Amino acid sequence: MNLSEIAEALNLSARTCKSAMDREVGGGYASDLLSDVMGRARKGDVWVTMQTHQNVVAVAVLKEMAAIIIVNGREPESDTAQKAEEEGIPLLVSAEPTFEVVGKLYSMGIRASSDA
Amino acid sequence: MLRPLRFDLHLHTVLSPCGEIEMSPSAVAAAARKAGLSCFAVTDHNASANVPAYGEAASREGVAVIPGIEITSREEVHVLGYFDDYSVLAGLQKTVYASLPGRNDPDAFGIQAVVDANEDVIEMDEHLLIGATSLSVEEVVDLIRAGGGLAAASHVDREGFSITGQLGFVPPGLGLHALEISPRTTPSSVHARFPETSGFPLLCSSDAHRLSEIGTGWTEILAFEPTAAEVLLALRGEGGRRILRLSNG
Repeated sequence: MNLSEIAEALNLSARTCKSAMDREVGGGYASDLLSDVMGRARKGDVWVTMQTHQNVVAVAVLKEMAAIIIVNGREPESDTAQKAEEEGIPLLVSAEPTFEVVGKLYSMGIRASSDA
Repeated sequence: MLRPLRFDLHLHTVLSPCGEIEMSPSAVAAAARKAGLSCFAVTDHNASANVPAYGEAASREGVAVIPGIEITSREEVHVLGYFDDYSVLAGLQKTVYASLPGRNDPDAFGIQAVVDANEDVIEMDEHLLIGATSLSVEEVVDLIRAGGGLAAASHVDREGFSITGQLGFVPPGLGLHALEISPRTTPSSVHARFPETSGFPLLCSSDAHRLSEIGTGWTEILAFEPTAAEVLLALRGEGGRRILRLSNG
């Protein structure tokens, strides 16, 4: 499954890297603690979080994640969006809370990566 | 003699992965003098090895340096610790390193340079300084207090990495001496958002990551000397010492 299929099904808006929406998503992880994500997220995951500061981009780059979904109608800070654009990390925003977003991803077949 | 002294107690050097490379010892010291600071604190993320170099450079400019550190708790709360005796901080540093998993990836997070006062790089710190320690916020505060240091919660008006943002409130009984606020807010705004903050003295600091931010937030304190011990006495209002004003009111 790729990002644009997910974005359409979940009514997400892309804020960065709109040309990378054909990227494949291998799994998912949801957490707001960066240290937890650094330890447990896997390459190709889509990451669901409410954090909007620019450190999320650095973590996504480090873990080679497919994209970040920012929940609760929050918008990435301007330096976060700028860094995400530079680093090639799609930032998608959802008006819904984490629970709803993760439930919909799960129902579409997205799972936590097997070695997580 | 008691005199008004201007402190900026939160500043990142080239040791912090997020600190700009322009934050060299001499450049920081010169910027602090131009900003009219009596004193600044060196507070790198989970690290303190650049305190001696910046202290030496600052003394050339007639500016005092308080040795400090900004520790990340396992809840990802940032807590500032200030010490007058660098050897005490260096001892505490061993506990912080032992509690800090992972290795830095400079491409993802930035370089972490330990430098001398002449701006030569001594070594690259390989710890994951941007990461979180395994210490709880209570353990971090207790660690700072056990070393005789001053413990302050970082930028409580901000959501990211603040005690208010990560925990939602300031837990009663936590042994913080003060709360730090950013230049962008005001004490009355912080008190309105988080009523429990009224029970703590406030300090305003810049949290500078680049030269232009140094001294954009400050706390003016009536004290004898620009030291952590004097700040602590001023927070308690002892011997005529007191907080005079914050840059943001």
